[in-house]
Amino acid sequence: MLTCKEFLKELSDYLDESVDQELRQHLEAHVSNCPNCFVICDTTKRTISVYKGMQATQIPQDVHTRLMAAVERKIASRKLEQ
Amino acid sequence: MPNQNSQPAKLALGTVADTIPTTPDLQAAEELTLVNQARTHDAAAFGELVRRYERKIYRLAKNITQNDEDAEDVLQDTFIKAYEHLDNFQGNSKFYTWLVRIGVNESLMKLRKRKSDRTVPLDEPVDTGEDPVVREIAVWGEDPENKYSQEELRRILDEAVESLKPAFRTVFQLRDIEELSTEETAEALGLSIAAVKSRLLRARLQLREKLTRFFKRKGDDVFAYL
Repeated sequence: MLTCKEFLKELSDYLDESVDQELRQHLEAHVSNCPNCFVICDTTKRTISVYKGMQATQIPQDVHTRLMAAVERKIASRKLEQ
Repeated sequence: MPNQNSQPAKLALGTVADTIPTTPDLQAAEELTLVNQARTHDAAAFGELVRRYERKIYRLAKNITQNDEDAEDVLQDTFIKAYEHLDNFQGNSKFYTWLVRIGVNESLMKLRKRKSDRTVPLDEPVDTGEDPVVREIAVWGEDPENKYSQEELRRILDEAVESLKPAFRTVFQLRDIEELSTEETAEALGLSIAAVKSRLLRARLQLREKLTRFFKRKGDDVFAYL
């Protein structure tokens, strides 16, 4: 049986499903018998999930305008070089 | 200051596609077509690529540099460099992943150039401690995000990420927000796989604790130490 510290060390890989089958079985055995680690595992998983669903906000209009102008100038200068 | 003169843009970089294909394979194929068109100096094609990813690159730059002006410089430099080096894009990875690598490089260069910079370079070893520490354990509510408006939720999430140490914040950003693989993150930051994993674990656990203060089930104030 893994200790809580051993479980925590593997938590990221466990949530990313990048542990081998044998270790996964040990981790699942621990989390199903340890209420604290169950909560940590569940809330860490939900932490990752809430950030994955986060959309990038709109960039300020003036920043967008200057970016497009810079890109346009670059493309125009490349065309002239040809 | 932004390194390009600000001028009223003619915005001649017209829209090539109104919708982005939904399946990953279709999207990759369609993007490769746009890249090939952009290689022939097709302004509309490159403009479409810029429009698709400008928000994400700006967010990335802002999170790494923590500065609006630096983020704008990085945004412009990233797309200009991408355009200049389009021939180096082989199509083996997603265009966005390639773009993120350029954005990370530009952001790191910006940090290094800061005269008063006292931040720890992101590619240097940081002490991640022997063991991850968990201080607060509490069950979250059913849909805790719904307790807050979209604006409040974004502020909570942004502030939590901003409070992380830069070395942890950047790894979390690339892995869990931009969804790069561990290997891609390691390559972009010049870190070992082990360092990426170690920093990611600590970032995730620290964010979990910060969010628990907002999302825990009402009346559930269990604290524990591991």
